[in-house]
Amino acid sequence: MASWYALVAVGLFIAGYILAGSRARAVAGGDYAGMHSLPTYHGLYTASLAFLPALFIFICGSFIAGQLATYSAISALPENIQSDVLRQGAALREAINIVRGGSPAAASAEVQSAAESYGSVLSAGQWATLALGMLAGFGGLSWGLSRVSMNFRARNNFEKLVHGLLWICATIAVLTTVGIVFSVVGETYRFFFDPDIKGKPTVFEFLFGTDWNPQAAMRADQGDIQTAYGFLPLLTGTLLITTIAIVVAGPLGLFSAIYLAEYASPRMRAIAKPILEILAGIPTVVLGFFAALTVAPYIRGWGEAFGLEVASESALAAGVVMGMMIIPFISSLSDDVINAVPQSLRDGAYAMGATKSETIRQVILPAALPGIVSAFMLAISRAIGETMIVVMAAGLAANLTFNPLDAVTTITVQIKTILVGDQEFDSAKTLAAFALGFVLFFVTLVLNFIALKVVQRYREQYD
Amino acid sequence: MDMRPDPLIMMTTQTAQATVAAKPKIVARNVNVFYGEKHALKDVSVDIPERSVTSFIGPSGCGKSTFLRCINRMNDTVPSCRVEGTILIDGKDIYDPALDPVQLRARVGMVFQKPNPFPKSIYDNVAYGPRIHGLSRSKGELDQIVEASLRKASLWEEVKDRLTDSGTGLSGGQQQRLCIARTIAINPEIILMDEPCSALDPIATARIEELMEELRHNFTIVIVTHSMQQAARVSQQTAFFHLGHVVEVGETPQIFTNPTDKRTQDYITGRFG
Ligand SMILES: Nc1ncnc2c1ncn2[C@@H]1O[C@H](COP(=O)(O)OP(=O)(O)OP(=O)(O)O)[C@@H](O)[C@H]1O
Ligand SMILES: [Mg+2]
Repeated sequence: MASWYALVAVGLFIAGYILAGSRARAVAGGDYAGMHSLPTYHGLYTASLAFLPALFIFICGSFIAGQLATYSAISALPENIQSDVLRQGAALREAINIVRGGSPAAASAEVQSAAESYGSVLSAGQWATLALGMLAGFGGLSWGLSRVSMNFRARNNFEKLVHGLLWICATIAVLTTVGIVFSVVGETYRFFFDPDIKGKPTVFEFLFGTDWNPQAAMRADQGDIQTAYGFLPLLTGTLLITTIAIVVAGPLGLFSAIYLAEYASPRMRAIAKPILEILAGIPTVVLGFFAALTVAPYIRGWGEAFGLEVASESALAAGVVMGMMIIPFISSLSDDVINAVPQSLRDGAYAMGATKSETIRQVILPAALPGIVSAFMLAISRAIGETMIVVMAAGLAANLTFNPLDAVTTITVQIKTILVGDQEFDSAKTLAAFALGFVLFFVTLVLNFIALKVVQRYREQYD
Repeated sequence: MDMRPDPLIMMTTQTAQATVAAKPKIVARNVNVFYGEKHALKDVSVDIPERSVTSFIGPSGCGKSTFLRCINRMNDTVPSCRVEGTILIDGKDIYDPALDPVQLRARVGMVFQKPNPFPKSIYDNVAYGPRIHGLSRSKGELDQIVEASLRKASLWEEVKDRLTDSGTGLSGGQQQRLCIARTIAINPEIILMDEPCSALDPIATARIEELMEELRHNFTIVIVTHSMQQAARVSQQTAFFHLGHVVEVGETPQIFTNPTDKRTQDYITGRFG
């Protein structure tokens, strides 16, 4: 069905382009200079007029048809199934599977009849959509054709269509973000304030509590251990690991960017840069077991040689490997911005008798600073959001500590731990994940805001 | 055929005739420059006398900037560029492997064709050279160097109230004068100027020309210019470049009134560009 529809829509587009183009050529009769818009624009304009309404009707039509079909399937089910949400959902899924070509024999009679009504409403809706779409498409096509004339401003009108299309795309992107934020904020609100949720903490307990133990409620055998939702150990764990990662990746990434951009020969650069970028492509799961199986034991052995107590899963191991993960973000982006600094600035510094390193420190890096700050911010956001490496190398213990040799856990790891496996959607434990997500989002937002301010301040000073 | 030079040039050359120093500061012999396969300078041999202004004239793309950039070894920063031949400053080969190009460039300052102020404050732009070469012992002394350099480049009056503003926020002509101030601040022996006035209005141009006239008593100045009038006004020697060759070099009045080569004559009378 959808493929038929696509065929028709594309056919309308091509037909509009060709018909309007040739009509415009006929109207012009060779006098293109006297025509407001060239035939190509008449073609594009009419093609869009035919295609866009068809596309719009397809999007709306398939949504509405699906909704109607679901509704009719539900009303075809007997009362007792309709009233039970779980059974209703199961029957509905079964019916839809039958329509899509599952095995009808296994299903009960009620489900069969639901499937029938679902199928008939759906196909009726789709046919109606196709008919409407074709109608709108041909309408647009003939309207566009009727407007072809010497003075018609097809070029400007096409420009308006492009503008509108871009606006729609931007709006969808923004609305998606807003929607996600609203859903997270809503669930977070429920976590703190919904009276139906049992065992939830107050906002104060959440933000300043020093114990994190959401699992206790699930395990009766743990006796006296209390459920606790103190978020502080997660925050310190996240900050600790992120700091270690930046301490590792910041200098390494920036210095390798400087080397690649200013010192390396073109051949060296052509080899080294892709290799660094491959590092960014290694799945974090692989880095995670590298951290857990190679780096962590090494750090442990090294620590014990110095008489230090090292947990077998340590923040240091996770942080170091996470640092390796974000090196390419810093080096690759910084390399690009350093390269974008105009050669004339380097020439200016060299001509003043500056050495290469003076030129880099005093002229190139200040000029490239806004870009370098953005590179660091991107890397930090990646580090804060990273889950897999921490799960595998830093453990799950929510210790409130700043000792890099201890096991710690992070916000993202706890979100993952909470939501893994079958969950009831309404428990305090599940909703805690949303609260954590909200805080994580807030932390990243603050970091981005600070970075923006830094960049703006230096922009003012330097541009 | 009218081969008499422009009367304006005739007039101004008389004032510029004043001093022609005898001792050569820069001696170039058989200099060849290649950019990859492209042979940009061919067998260039020129003497540039001490304490005077020498101008390079010639059509676009003939290698004036290239030769200028050989004198402070700026061509080292162009990977594809190869320089052959000898260039001596004060009798010492500047392409001697033992010589440090960084130190050479502190003695041979350069003002570029396109203004390229650093993305720093106006003050820091001028203070940059004195700072890296340790030319001042105190903040007060540095302030003095900055002020004197900006005054010489006739920019002081325009920027004295906003020395902390960014140098890149100035107009094109102001930026060029800032670059000139920045170069004078390190007190080089030789100043190379690549079309320093191409972005300046006539008033600023006149001030820069006055500055050159003043500086030439202590410094050796080489200037590339597309303005024949300017070459005639400010310089004592002129070299005419054409397609990578130095066609003719001599005292400015002689080049403009009595050129020996047909190509020079055609160029200064505006017959080809
Ligand atoms: N970096 C470079 N790489 C390759 N070729 C170059 C480079 N710089 C200059 N050239 C070439 O060398 C020749 C001389 O260039 P140069 O810049 O010295 O000319 P110019 O006399 O200064 O011209 P203009 O008056 O336009 O500034 C030109 O043909 C130019 O294409
Ligand atoms: Mg030039």
